[in-house]
Amino acid sequence: MAVKLYIDAIREAMQEEMRQNPNVFVLGEDVGLRGGVFRVTQGMIEEFGPERVMDTPLAESAIVGVAIGAAAYGMRPIAEIQFADFIMPAVNQIISEAAKLRYRTQGDWHCPLVIRAPYGGGVHGALYHSQSVEALFYHVPGLKIVTPATAADAKGLLRAALRDPDPVLYFEHKGMYRAIRDDVPEGDFTVPIGKARVAREGDDLTVITYGLMVHHTLTAAERLAADGISTHVIDLRSILPLDREAILEAARRTGKVLIVHEDNKTGGIGAEVSALIAEEALFDLDAPIARLCGPDVPAMPFSAPLEAFYMLNSTKIEDAMRKLAAF
Amino acid sequence: MAEIRMPKLGESVTEGTIGRWLKQIGDSVALYEPIAEVITDKVNAEIPAETAGTLTEIYIKENETVPVGTRIAFIKEAGESGDRETPLVSASREKVEVSALEMPHAKDQDDASRSRYSPAVVRLAQEHNVALDKLRGTGLGGRITRKDVLLAVEQGAKGVKGERASQPSGGGTFATSVEQNPPSSANASSQRAFEPTMSAQKKDASGHLGARDVSMPITPIRRTIATRMKMSKHEIPHAWMMVEADVTGMHQLRARHKAAFREREGIELTYFPFFLRAVAEALKAYPLVNSEWTDDAILIRGDIHLSIAVATSDALVVPVIHNADQLTVTGLAHAVSDLATRARSNRLTLDDVKGGTFTVNNTGAFGSIQSQPIINAPQAAILSVESIVQRPVIRGGDSIAIRSMVNLCMSLDHRILDGFIAGQFIKSVKQRVEAYTVDSDF
Repeated sequence: MAVKLYIDAIREAMQEEMRQNPNVFVLGEDVGLRGGVFRVTQGMIEEFGPERVMDTPLAESAIVGVAIGAAAYGMRPIAEIQFADFIMPAVNQIISEAAKLRYRTQGDWHCPLVIRAPYGGGVHGALYHSQSVEALFYHVPGLKIVTPATAADAKGLLRAALRDPDPVLYFEHKGMYRAIRDDVPEGDFTVPIGKARVAREGDDLTVITYGLMVHHTLTAAERLAADGISTHVIDLRSILPLDREAILEAARRTGKVLIVHEDNKTGGIGAEVSALIAEEALFDLDAPIARLCGPDVPAMPFSAPLEAFYMLNSTKIEDAMRKLAAF
Repeated sequence: MAEIRMPKLGESVTEGTIGRWLKQIGDSVALYEPIAEVITDKVNAEIPAETAGTLTEIYIKENETVPVGTRIAFIKEAGESGDRETPLVSASREKVEVSALEMPHAKDQDDASRSRYSPAVVRLAQEHNVALDKLRGTGLGGRITRKDVLLAVEQGAKGVKGERASQPSGGGTFATSVEQNPPSSANASSQRAFEPTMSAQKKDASGHLGARDVSMPITPIRRTIATRMKMSKHEIPHAWMMVEADVTGMHQLRARHKAAFREREGIELTYFPFFLRAVAEALKAYPLVNSEWTDDAILIRGDIHLSIAVATSDALVVPVIHNADQLTVTGLAHAVSDLATRARSNRLTLDDVKGGTFTVNNTGAFGSIQSQPIINAPQAAILSVESIVQRPVIRGGDSIAIRSMVNLCMSLDHRILDGFIAGQFIKSVKQRVEAYTVDSDF
């Protein structure tokens, strides 16, 4: 195994799949000559040429629409949305077309499409460059949503997404591109969609989270461990479908559950995880299920102090964890 | 508008359990009409509506226990249009608000946390038969956490001492009593009764329900009886003795006066008051039997207040005849009749069930000829009057006669009473009931 950056793991996954499968191609704004606004696709146009690493106009509905059409014809497109915030013009394509293609054709057609979108805040991106949009799609049957938190998962999940016959939204937290590095297995491995990961074992409380918050949570768990409080941390990895068994097992293990996500609290993934636990594991609960999430305000502020107020961090998570542990 | 609050049903009563709602939301309620049944440790009572109108809100569910003063329901008066100032979302929400509003002191909040159990805690306690009120909570405000219960189970499995280690000291547990007062062989039955609760047994009915089995919910009153009985058996080393008495004279006396008594007093003349009279007199002669065990002394009660066990179809209540030694048999007959009637119609007050110093149990009413009653803690003894049966009895060494015989069975707290004093007492009762003749006054 070799230690790799999160961003490099994503690129490697695309490159290796494109080498193996001529039907895989990338399209999006500036993915070609510029190598992507974050340099995720850097060097790819040189290797695969402009027909497989396609620069597109500033029209997300077109990017996704074209990708859906190509997928319907048997191609394996990777549609990059430059910032997840920009996905809104393509929502109709995703929800009305991609998600429903298999269903409306009784399985005759399907839509093997991957949409990659950098999301999340804390990078001074402000209003249109910081949002978390996963909950918007969470409600839609027919879609799959993954959010890797490690380089290994980034590579393995993207590979799994590219081999999946149905549309997968692949949300990558932009704050992790160059901040997260870890061991990535060699060879042709995948991480199955729909399976959560135990990021840390513990017995006093359970934290269920995903994306960048996994790392903040693990930092906080270290601090709690110094005081003898042991935290069980679940990294969801896939948020649609949720790994119900893993969630319930983790909830039952400690009876105290904190759900952490950067996205707004109301109607977020945490609400669904919480409801699942309440429905299935009530008699194992030793405390009210707690959620620590981004505030319900319209957007991430640009002002640094306000952005810091908005964003969760390890200190805020630690406070919530200590409160729950003491209950 | 009118809020109904949990009434204070006695001087030392701090909380009450809603047994049953007699009115439902939307029902119209007349002034002073009972709207709910309340169960306290000793007595069931009904809460009357203090205003006429419509019951619009019920805040506390059946079987829930809340402190005195807690808002439990809301009646909208007839013709009233305005709603409450603060609309309430749900019963549980209300409970929280009440706790916050009416229990401002930290200690009270702690108490609330301590007795508020999470689903996991309740489930584990049921599965492992753990008495939560005996545990020390390590959670917020003294709340008992899942870990506390698991620890208690773990320690309990290692033996009695381990289990006790997790409990507050000075609880007067059975284990402690045994160490201080080794039971005599007469107490073997008490020990056996204690054993099943020492092991962490699973007692979940749903686990082994057959097709024709029925799982019956445990009512609050049943649970209270169970707790009391268990506590008594755990804490008191019971010994048991029985004498038989020849009450042929009493039988003839009653037969002679029965009709006239009913005519004159309006109630039946039963045997029971005769026995009560004899017990009250015997208690005067042997005051140690009229006592209770405390941690540092044996408290001998100066007044003789006889508890009498009254069984209704679904409950057992134990009202008290106060100063029973001052009443004649006729007076006692009236007292018994009054208390039994009110017990069966849920009309007892808290005063009716308070202060008993000795209990007399009329098991003979069921045809029983022998029983081993459980002591009504903290009293020192309980006496059962069994069925009066006619039997051939050898009299004077060489003749056999048909006599009316009764067994008097007594369970006694062997910490306080030994065979000698208990024997003297029961013999005294026997002599008194045997002394009646057809010509006696009563």
